[in-house]
Amino acid sequence: MSAANVWTIGSVRAALDVKKISARELADDFYSRIKNRNPELNAFLALSPERAYAQADKIDALRGQGQAHLPLAGVPVAIKDVISTSGVRTTCGSRILENYVPPYDATAVERLENAGAVILGKTNCDEFAMGSSNENSAYGPVVNPCAPGRVPGGSSGGSAAAVASGLAVAALGTDTGGSIRQPGACCGIPAMMGSYGRVSRYGLIAFASSLDRIGPLTTTVRDTATMLQVIAGRDKNDSTSAAAPVPAYSEEMEKPVTGIRLGIPKQYFGAGMDPEVRRKVEAGIDLLKRLGCQLVELQMPHTDYAIATYYIIATAEASSNLARFDGVRYGLRVPGATLREMYKKTRGRGFGAEVKRRIMLGTYALSSGYYGAYYLRAQKVRALIARDFSEAFQRVDAIVTPTAPTPAFKLGEKMQDPLQMYLADIYTVTGSLAGIPGISVPCGKTVEGLPVGMQILGPHFSESRVLQLAYAFEGAGGFSI
Amino acid sequence: MKITREDVLYVAELAHLELTEAEVDLYRNQLDSILTYIEKLKELDVENVEPMAQVLFDASAPSGNAPPLAGDLNPALRDDVLRPCTVGEAILSGAPDASKNYFRVPKVIDR
Repeated sequence: MSAANVWTIGSVRAALDVKKISARELADDFYSRIKNRNPELNAFLALSPERAYAQADKIDALRGQGQAHLPLAGVPVAIKDVISTSGVRTTCGSRILENYVPPYDATAVERLENAGAVILGKTNCDEFAMGSSNENSAYGPVVNPCAPGRVPGGSSGGSAAAVASGLAVAALGTDTGGSIRQPGACCGIPAMMGSYGRVSRYGLIAFASSLDRIGPLTTTVRDTATMLQVIAGRDKNDSTSAAAPVPAYSEEMEKPVTGIRLGIPKQYFGAGMDPEVRRKVEAGIDLLKRLGCQLVELQMPHTDYAIATYYIIATAEASSNLARFDGVRYGLRVPGATLREMYKKTRGRGFGAEVKRRIMLGTYALSSGYYGAYYLRAQKVRALIARDFSEAFQRVDAIVTPTAPTPAFKLGEKMQDPLQMYLADIYTVTGSLAGIPGISVPCGKTVEGLPVGMQILGPHFSESRVLQLAYAFEGAGGFSI
Repeated sequence: MKITREDVLYVAELAHLELTEAEVDLYRNQLDSILTYIEKLKELDVENVEPMAQVLFDASAPSGNAPPLAGDLNPALRDDVLRPCTVGEAILSGAPDASKNYFRVPKVIDR
C-alpha cells in the first residue's frame, strides 16, 4: 500500500472541505482503482455505482449549500456480501443466493448512508461467513494484497483486502468466530467487533445468531472509532441490540493509557504459535508497558476448549438458520418431483462443501440422542469460557493476545483439512463465545513481510477502552514495530 | 471410526441435503475427525454449570436467569402493533416461482 493510495475518513473530509475534490470525483477515483486491481484481488463481488453516485451527488449538493458535516460525508465504503443492501445483489458468497436482491437495507448500511458514506459495492467472503481463508466463496478466493499467493484471512477477506489495497476507505465485515479480526491481522489493518448487541444485526443474513456481529475494517484506529460510532446503538428491529448508551469513541480513545492493567493469558502463548508472531506480539506488549500499562499474567484454563465449543454452537445455530434456504422463497430452486426432493436437490447443489459440512455437524449435534453430549455440553463449556473472562476482568482492564497463531497462510494450504482451518481461529473464538469486544491491530511484519496482528479484548461494552489502547499503540508506532 | 455411513445418510436426510456418493465418504471421514477432536469437551466436569444461552446475562451467576450484566442492557419488548409491509411485491419478484400472492411449490396434498 503506497502512501499516495491511502485515504482516511479525516483526509476525505479535509479534501472535500477545501474543494480539492468532489464526492463524485472521489467515487470515480475509487471505481477506477477497483477496475484496475479487482481482477487480480477478487475482493468485490458486485458494484453499486448507481447508488454510490446518487449518494455522492447528494453529498456534493449538501456541501454546496454549506450544510453541517456528516461524519462520513463522501467516504467510499464497501459492505461484506452477507449484509443486505436494498436493490444490490447480496449472495453471501453462495450459489444458492446467486440472484438474490434484498428489498431492504441492513440497519448498519442505512446508518452508514445516513452518515454520508458512499457505498461502492459488496465484498467477497467465505460462503455464509463460514471460513478463515475466503477460499470457501462460490465466486473464487480473494488474494491477500500484502502477499500474493496467500489468503487474506476470512471470512471477511474481501473487506480486508479492499481496505488494505486502497479500494475502499473502510468496510463492514462480520465476525462470528474471528471473521473480522483474523482477516484484519492477515492484511495488516485494524479490524474491530464491538460487544455482542453493540451493533444491530438487522439485515445481516444469519450464520450463528448468538455469535454474529457486524464491525468495521479501516486503515487507522480513528477511522475504526468513527465507523463504530455511526453503526452502534439500539435498533428496534433487532431485539438483541443493546440499549446501553454509545460513548463518543473518538474522544474517549484519546485518554492516556497510563495505569491500565493488561492481562497476558499464558494459554494464548503456547504450542502451535509461529515464533515470529510470538516475537512481534511480545514486542507489542512491551511497547504497551512502556506506554505506562501494567502487565498482569493470567490463567484462562478453559481456552483450550474454545474451538470444540465454538464448532458445536456455531454449527448448531447455522443448521437452524440455514434451513430457510429451501428453494421456496428466494434464491436457487432445483426442481424435484416432491417438495422434499426439491428441498434436498436445491440445498445439495446450492450450498458449497464447507456449508454442507457445518450443517451436517450442527444437525448431528442437535439430533436426538446427541443433544446432551454435544450441544448442551458445549453451552455449559461456553459458560466456563465466559467465566474465565469475567474473573479475569476483575483483575485487569483489558487482555492482550495474538490475533491468529500464524500469519496469512498459502492459498490451498488448509483446504483439505477442515480441522486445521478451524484452528486458525484459536485465539479469536473465545471473545466471540464470551460476547466481549475485541480489536486486531497491526503489530509489525515477519521477515518475509507478512503482517502480524495483536488482539485487544475488553469487558462487555468497554469499546472505548479497547480503542484507547489501540489508538495509543498506533500512535507509538506499534503498527510497524 | 465413530461415524457410520448410515449416520451420514441419516443426518443428511434430517438436514434436507442430497449428497453424492463421494460426499458421503468425504463427510464421514471429516465429521469423524472433527467429532473426535470435540470429544475433548468430555474432559471437563460440567455437572453444576448452567448452560449459557444468552450473551447479555452474567454467566458467572448461579442461575442462567440472572439479571442483566449492567444497567438496562436487556432491551424491552416492542408493543404488539400492526405495521404495514411494503416489500411484498419485491419479495415475490425475487422468488423462484411466485404466483399472485403465493409461492408455488410441488404438490404436497393428494386429493
